[in-house]
Parts: sequence; structure tokens; C-alpha cells
Amino acid sequence: MDSGEYRNCLIELLYQLADDDFILAYRGSEWIGLAPHIEEDVAFSSISQDLMGHATLYYSLLEELGEGQADSLTHNRPPEKFHNAIILELPNGTGTYLENPDYDWGFTVVRNYFYTLAKKIRLDSIKTESYEPLQQIAKKISVEMSYHLMHWETWFNQLMNSTPEARSRMEKAIKLVLENFDGIFSYGELGDQIVKLSLIESEATLKQRWITELQKKEQIDLSMTMNKGNGRNGIHTKHLTTSLATLSEVYQSIPAAEW
Amino acid sequence: MTVASEHQLERFMNRIDSGEKIEANDWMPDDYREALIRLISMHGISEIMGALPEKEWVPKAPTLHRKLAIMAKVQDEMGHGQLLLRVAEDLMEPLGKNRDDIMQDLFSGKLKFHNVFHMEAPTWGDAGIIAWLVDGAAIISQTMMLGTSYGPYGRALKRICAEEVFHAQHGESIIMALAEGTKEQRELLQDSINRWWPSLLMFFGPKSKAETGHTNQDKNMRYKLRTKTNEQLRQEFLTKYVPRIWALGLTIPDESLRFDEADGEWKYAQPDWNEFKRIVTGHGPKSQERLSLRVRSYEMNNWVREALGKSALASEVGSYE
Ligand SMILES: [Fe+2]
Ligand SMILES: [Fe+2]
Repeated sequence: MDSGEYRNCLIELLYQLADDDFILAYRGSEWIGLAPHIEEDVAFSSISQDLMGHATLYYSLLEELGEGQADSLTHNRPPEKFHNAIILELPNGTGTYLENPDYDWGFTVVRNYFYTLAKKIRLDSIKTESYEPLQQIAKKISVEMSYHLMHWETWFNQLMNSTPEARSRMEKAIKLVLENFDGIFSYGELGDQIVKLSLIESEATLKQRWITELQKKEQIDLSMTMNKGNGRNGIHTKHLTTSLATLSEVYQSIPAAEW
Repeated sequence: MTVASEHQLERFMNRIDSGEKIEANDWMPDDYREALIRLISMHGISEIMGALPEKEWVPKAPTLHRKLAIMAKVQDEMGHGQLLLRVAEDLMEPLGKNRDDIMQDLFSGKLKFHNVFHMEAPTWGDAGIIAWLVDGAAIISQTMMLGTSYGPYGRALKRICAEEVFHAQHGESIIMALAEGTKEQRELLQDSINRWWPSLLMFFGPKSKAETGHTNQDKNMRYKLRTKTNEQLRQEFLTKYVPRIWALGLTIPDESLRFDEADGEWKYAQPDWNEFKRIVTGHGPKSQERLSLRVRSYEMNNWVREALGKSALASEVGSYE
């Protein structure tokens, strides 16, 4: 086995895992103070912190592999170097987190529920094979995954089974999320090698597991696409650019400062 | 007043005087209940409105570590709000009111929130100052309230105070990094202190009626809801923090500020109490913007609350903390 190839593939997979959690944690943090009720504000914030914590674990591993400091990887990397799936960078709604937010709770519930389930399946696959230190992280994270999954699944079931308005909003949200959800299961240009090197099982295998799992709960059409392109290959929307500008505003304001 | 209720009142005051704690289902005079509802719902809603100035800095925090720490802090504040609103809701129940009434009172301006949360927080230095000094001030007033005669409030405060200590440490850590940092970072910090100083003095409220025309502190002291005056608390704050601020090589924008050995107290320039009145009645620099953010979140989630009301699983959500 070519160790240079293994290293490249491992690093690629780590960026995908890290960036997915980092960007969704950011989208979650934008909801602070705006959730449907105070109890949810507290619970959601806790989940967003977990996601940010998971991202930090992956970035630390990237740091150990010589990719640069975790803070620099998150606050000083251009958008085209981010490999998160595009569905995670899309905004929560219109407006910003400070001005005139008109956020869509249905979209947030569906995106988080679908992602959390995919993440759990991904981590389960990593736990059984893959790079040892990554397996350790996967095991550590898995403990929190069941709470996250339960949280979003409860929201999903409630909103799917209450008022006609909620049902129709949820169906719209499902469609919207699926339009770009295929990007979650992609490993990008290095996909074939990543799988061949047993870092994780194939895209098709994980996707099928995800569909089977969801179909058990709700008979919905789960055909998906990635309309806006494949984020794994560095293709992104303008929303990632503005998000990263916010995330790194202070860090970049005074170069070389310690914070 | 009937003979029976006079009797109840006498017994109630005896309990207060002997230091007993009053519980939610105990008999209490109407004005005691009213004072508690006013005090606790204002405290609770201030925690919630207090999340908004810091919210801005959650994604912007300059490192992964700071991002995690400030997110945890803001979450705690929302948690405090939740805890306190539950205490207030129990008190409001016999009056046929609930959390929705608290929110409506906030939106209509009837329910006020703390002066500091009407102010701007335009830099990362402000995120540090809020956590270090606003939370520091809150620790001083909340610690005093720990001995409050109302049991459920005292117990909520105990949990809140324990968490506030971490908030102040988080703030101090941000401040230290800035104070030991580059010239620009020190300037950022000094600017924040200059901006926040009057609000910090106002935090404890006016010394007496003379400043703003009315205060609730006399009644609150008679009912042992509190044990110290506004001015005593402000003096404690100055004693604790002025030397620390000076030790960092920073200045305080009040040339008359000094400790008077003879009187044993701090002398300081009075903040503009007319301005204070304007701020807490919703005319501060950020009052309307923050209020409208809350109103918006309430309105955009209308359909969700409606759906929860109709769903058989309603109580299950939000249990994960
Ligand atoms: Fe608090
Ligand atoms: Fe606090």
C-alpha cells in the first residue's frame, strides 16, 4: 500500500467529517435565542456544542497529521478548501442571525434529523474498520449520537403528525433537504480509494442503510440529488463564504494575535 | 381586611421574621406575591434578553475553544431564564396567568429587563467585559438574594450562582488574553470598559428614591426578599473590581473615582439616572432591536407551538439538556 495515498485519503475523509460538523454547529448556533421555546433553545444549543466539539476532535487529528493548527484550519482556510456537504451550509431561512431572521424550524428539524442519522451510520461504519485514532474518536462521539438522534426524531415525528399546516411545511422541508442531501453520502473525488483503503464502507452501502432506517418510520419518497454541486470537491454556494467571514471575523481582525 | 386574614398576615410576618422559607403553596399576602412575580419574572426575562447581546459573539468568537465556551455560557443564561420563569409561573398560576402572559408583557413593554441588556456590544472586548463584569455584578446581587424568604427562588439562585462563577472566569480569561495581547487588543479592551462603565454603575439601581422617583427596595427588604441596599451592592462591586481593573493597567472613565478612607466607601460620579430611566423603559440604544428579535422568533415559530399543542407527544421534546 502506498502510504502517501493512504495519508491523502485519510486527510480527505477527516476534512469531510470535520467540516460537516463545524458548519452545521454554526448553523445551529445561529438559532440561539430564536428557538420555538426556551427549553428547546437550551437543548439545541447543547447539541450544537457537541457538534462543534466533534469537529474539534477531527481538526486536532488533522493538526497531528501536519495540516496546521486547528484554529487556523477553521478560521483561516478559504471556502474552496472546505469539504462539507452543501446541504449543511444552506441558511436557516432568510435574514441573518442578528437582523430580521425568518428561520424555518421545519427545515432545521429535517436537516438535523436526516444528517444525524447519516452521521450515526457513518460513525458505525468507521468504528468497525478504518484508521485507529479515527476509530477512537468515532467511539467517543457515538455516545452522544443516540441523544441527538432521539431529540431530532421526536421533533420530526411530532411535526409530521399534528396540524395540517405543520405537515405541509414538513413535506416541503423534506423536499428541500433531499434536493441536496446526496452530497452527504459522497466522498468526493478520492471516494474510490477511500473505500478501497477500508477507511469507511461504500457510499451506496451507507446510503442504503440510511434509507432502510428512515423507511421503517415513515413511508416517504427519499430520492435525492445534489442540485447545487458536490461540496466534497470544494464546490460551494455564496452562503459558505458569508458564513466563514462571520466565523473568522475576530480571528482575522488582528493578525498574529493570541485570543 | 377581615379578622381571619389579619391573623394570617400576622402569622406570615412572624414566619418571615423568624427566617422561615415561604413555599409556593403557602398562604402569602397579595403584595408579597406581586413583588415576587415582578422580581422573578424580571430576573428571568433579563437572563433571556441577556443572551442576545452575547449571541452576536457566539459564531464570531476567535478560536474553537472560545466558541465552545461562549456557546456554553449563553446556553446557561437561557437555562437560568427557564428555571426562573418556572418559579414565576407557579406564582402566577392562582392568578390564571402563564408564560405566555410573561412574553406578552415583555413585548408590550410592561415587563422590563435589566439596563445592561439594552446596550450595544459592538466588539469582542464587549463579550469579555459582559462575562467578566456584568456577570461579576450579577454574582454580587444574586449571592445577596440567596437568603431570600421565598424558598423556590432561593433554590433556583443557588444553582444559578454556581454557574455564574464559571461565566466570570470565562470572561476574565478573555480579558487577560486581550490585556496581555497586542496594542490593538488592549485598545479594544479599554474601549469596552469606557463604554460599559456607566451601565455597570447603573446595574444595581439607584441609591434611593431621590434619583428616579421610586424604588421597590424598601418593601423587598421588609419581606426579606433582599438583605442589602442597591448602594451596598454597588460598593461591594467597586471594592472587588476597581483594583483589578487598575491592576491590568486599564483606566476607568471617572476621574473622581477613589476610595474615601474616612467614610469607608467609594466616591464616584453618579451616572445619569434620567438616562437609566429612559433605557429601562425601552429607549436604550438596542432596546427595540432586541425586543423585535424576540417578537420575531415568537411569530415565526407560531406554527410550531400550535403544532405542539395538537401533538400527542408534546411533552417529550426539549428534555435533553
Ligand atoms: Fe445568568
Ligand atoms: Fe451569567
